[in-house]
Amino acid sequence: MSGIYIHIPFCKQACHYCNFHFSTSLRYKNELIAALLGEISLTKDFFPEAVKNAGAVETIYFGGGTPSLCTKEEIDAILSQISASFEVAAGAEITLEANPDDITEERLLQWKDSGITRLSIGIQSFFEEDLVWMNRAHNSSQAWNSLQLATKYFDNITIDLIYGTPGLTDDKWKQNVDRVISLGIPHISCYALTVEPKTPLQKMIREHKLADVDPDHQSAQFLLLMTWLADAGFEHYEISNFAKPGFRSRHNSSYWKGKPYFGFGPSAHSFDGESRWWNIANNTTYIRSIEQGAIPYEKEVLTPVQQVNEMIMISLRTLEGLDTSRLIQQIKGIAQDEILRMKQTILEESARYISNGLMVREGDWLRLTYEGKLLADGIAADLFFD
Amino acid sequence: MKNIRNFCIIAHIDHGKSTLADRLLQQTNTISDRDMMDQVLDDMDLEREKGITIKSHAIQINYKHADNKDYVLNLIDTPGHVDFSYEVSRALAACEGALLLVDATQGIQAQTISNLYLAIENDLEIIPVINKIDMDGAMIEEVEDQIVDLIGCKREDILHASGRTGLGVDKVLDAIVNRIPAPEGNEEAPLQALIFDSVFNSFRGIIVYYRILNGTIRKNDIVKFVSTDQQYGADEIGILKLKMTERKEVKAGDVGYIITGIKNAKEVKVGDTITLAANPTPEQIKGFEEVKPMVFAGIYPVNTDEFEELRDCMDKLQLNDASLTYELETSQALGFGFRCGFLGMLHMEIIQERLEREFDQTVITTVPNVSFIAHTTKGETVQVNNPTEFPDPVKTESIEEPFIKAQIITKPDYIGNIMTLCLGKRGLLINQSYLTPTRVELIFEMPLTEIVFDFYDKLKSQTRGYASFDYHPIGYRDSDIVKMDILLNGDKVDALSALIHRSRAQDFGRKLCEKLKELLPRQQFQIAIQAAVGAKVIARETISAMRKDVTAKCYGGDISRKRKLLEKQKEGKKRMRQIGNVEVPQEAFLAVLKLDD
Ligand SMILES: Nc1nc2c(ncn2[C@@H]2O[C@H](COP(=O)(O)OP(=O)(O)O)[C@@H](O)[C@H]2O)c(=O)[nH]1
Ligand code: SF4
Ligand SMILES: [Mg+2]
Repeated sequence: MSGIYIHIPFCKQACHYCNFHFSTSLRYKNELIAALLGEISLTKDFFPEAVKNAGAVETIYFGGGTPSLCTKEEIDAILSQISASFEVAAGAEITLEANPDDITEERLLQWKDSGITRLSIGIQSFFEEDLVWMNRAHNSSQAWNSLQLATKYFDNITIDLIYGTPGLTDDKWKQNVDRVISLGIPHISCYALTVEPKTPLQKMIREHKLADVDPDHQSAQFLLLMTWLADAGFEHYEISNFAKPGFRSRHNSSYWKGKPYFGFGPSAHSFDGESRWWNIANNTTYIRSIEQGAIPYEKEVLTPVQQVNEMIMISLRTLEGLDTSRLIQQIKGIAQDEILRMKQTILEESARYISNGLMVREGDWLRLTYEGKLLADGIAADLFFD
Repeated sequence: MKNIRNFCIIAHIDHGKSTLADRLLQQTNTISDRDMMDQVLDDMDLEREKGITIKSHAIQINYKHADNKDYVLNLIDTPGHVDFSYEVSRALAACEGALLLVDATQGIQAQTISNLYLAIENDLEIIPVINKIDMDGAMIEEVEDQIVDLIGCKREDILHASGRTGLGVDKVLDAIVNRIPAPEGNEEAPLQALIFDSVFNSFRGIIVYYRILNGTIRKNDIVKFVSTDQQYGADEIGILKLKMTERKEVKAGDVGYIITGIKNAKEVKVGDTITLAANPTPEQIKGFEEVKPMVFAGIYPVNTDEFEELRDCMDKLQLNDASLTYELETSQALGFGFRCGFLGMLHMEIIQERLEREFDQTVITTVPNVSFIAHTTKGETVQVNNPTEFPDPVKTESIEEPFIKAQIITKPDYIGNIMTLCLGKRGLLINQSYLTPTRVELIFEMPLTEIVFDFYDKLKSQTRGYASFDYHPIGYRDSDIVKMDILLNGDKVDALSALIHRSRAQDFGRKLCEKLKELLPRQQFQIAIQAAVGAKVIARETISAMRKDVTAKCYGGDISRKRKLLEKQKEGKKRMRQIGNVEVPQEAFLAVLKLDD
């Protein structure tokens, strides 16, 4: 069982907050798609063990960048290359990220025809002033119209919303969430606006051209969100992800369960349970390298301690929380008594969070409460081993 | 002997002492232009940067005078800060004359006056020199008036010079030869040499600088240091040119160095007398004192496991700074460290910086305090150098604190500000007198503890820099001193306790709580910061719990980066100190030193 992630590193324009790898010039798009196909077919030569152990591909995810900039032919070519190189399970989840300005009836039909089963739409906000502030390529009416249109062709839709931006009042935040609920969208990802290093947003805040984000404002909106979506029947299955029953993202869930995945395209990460490797985050270098038959990647082999730390960090973010007994099955390269000792330490350390009301424990399971979720990083770091 | 002149330069900081010294060396060709580096005499990095001379040095100038005779001029450099006034007095005692150097744009400053008095007490011939006459703002006449008023000399006796351009430097050399008396003394008498300084050399051990009053010292003599009663072989002796220059003998009247293999600066006391073991002098040179630390503070390693390393460095540091004292101390908050005694706040700053620069130690310094005397109900007298030693108030009869006499010279415009400042610091005005119509001298009696923290900075800002300050201890007086503690969520932070006058506790406590509020990071729970005297809380601040500490995205490509980020965060937390359930970063322990209004 494994997942495949395809990184399409192109965007129409750069959103101010974004630190993903992308280019706003489409000049090398053809070559890049060719290189992507090349990389997929090279993978079994470069990582034969990982491919062999991965089993059938259950999920495919087109992310970016902006995958909706790809033509139908390009999507089809990538999918058929995946089928040629991997065993793709029947009923696989195939997600495509689409931006509202790219969504038309024609494109929706094409995606259906290509076998896309799930659409992820980057709405972010329905308010014009927010979209301008973020420097998104779409406007407020495109946000609304594209979403209505998409629901005619796809049931399995997820949308992204951003909160905690200085201009987003609690009232506007509620309107954004209500609109999504009213359309019956079954999955929402909500992100607190994060000021990432080396982004235009960071620069503008530094130069006092924009107001900085206020963590108290963000946490208040997060708490509001949790109650609204719980009332609307959503499961809060990961810090930033909410789904109606049966509509969780299978692809993203596999990251959080520590399943193996392959990432293709510049900057994409892969993981086999013990090692992680990632491609160079540069389109032309990536293309040149693949043209010469080499995947340009860097790799780290996770020590058992790093594996434990990742598991703590990731699983505390999920609804199910951290199942400490899973450490024993999942952590590789460590003696039994050692991992048992670590498990014990985690359970002991958790006591103070439980008494603070940040965590609950049931047997070997540790889960964060509403308040705990807001502090997930600090709690995870405290529980880390050196 | 009649061709020797021993002199020093009395000057306020920045009035141009180092520059003039450089010029004297250059004009006499003691140093070639090629070797000339600005301010040759300040050779410790720190000195150059702070623009002050911390350790005094000496240098011999060879000068062919107009009378065509060769003269040996020994220039003895003196430290320029109140913390080191004893060392200054010993350097002056090694001279027959002094250049009184006054910046033509600034006029006479307090420090200069008190050093001038020391020089006059030591019977030195004073040669007044107005410096920086090349500057536009030079007020030559006015400064001349000040000098005439102060030392009662004739206007014609005052020289004019510019260390920058070299103008008048020949006149200065002339005056040194003509006006300063040659040393007197008997080369045949028993050896009597005054130690005025010492430096540590990692290869040679301690190098002792002295001025011979009587007798002769020869290589391989067995010498005795009178106050410590220790004997040493004179492995090497010589005179102080730009570099040490070995000699077979150094005679009465001259300035020289001796190397005996001493490794610890403690054995060498400034002001002590060197004599010969075989034929000792019957008289120790007058004026010797043991230097006493005035300010105490704890010094701790940032990481508890670096204590041994710090101990090593303190040992080494003390080898070349005997005025630093320290003993082992433990703190619940900070672990093992040292309670250190310093000559003053500048000395403390210097030690801290030297630890960082020369020894690569990052340290935490705790709230500095002066030394108090406690009288218990049982009739015992206890020296209190540390808040933890402060006796239980119930068992305390009385507390005494050290007082100083502070001398401040300023423009009349600032009298009001200075009065407000000093009275606010529990000062008592003793005298006010006009030195000239534009310069007034104010004398206060004040508790030493009040000038320990931010007095200098305040004085400077209250007078726009137009005030100079000097002080001398005048003994202990009864005082209402209390111990103020800081508590974090109810747990005492011993490293932040302070000994303070009752009337100041509330204000100090409030400021400290406010500062801590700034410096403590938000944590997962609320933190109560309290200042308390005994059981009574006198100030309080609250840090609300952190509300959000979670990143938005954690997908396939984010995991690695995020893990590394959290690992780093954990690393950072490890360097914090745990007080009860509160994690305290090192900066917080320095909070007191950063208090403002
Ligand atoms: N214009 C002028 N500047 C001088 C003169 N002598 C010293 N300075 C400057 O005054 C500052 C302090 O001089 P310095 O010799 O370090 O003073 P010290 O602190 O007494 O040793 C430096 O910037 C010098 O360059 C002078 O005669 N004329
Ligand atoms: S469209 Fe997405 S990937 Fe592209 S710049 Fe905007 S946020 Fe980043
Ligand atoms: Mg100087």
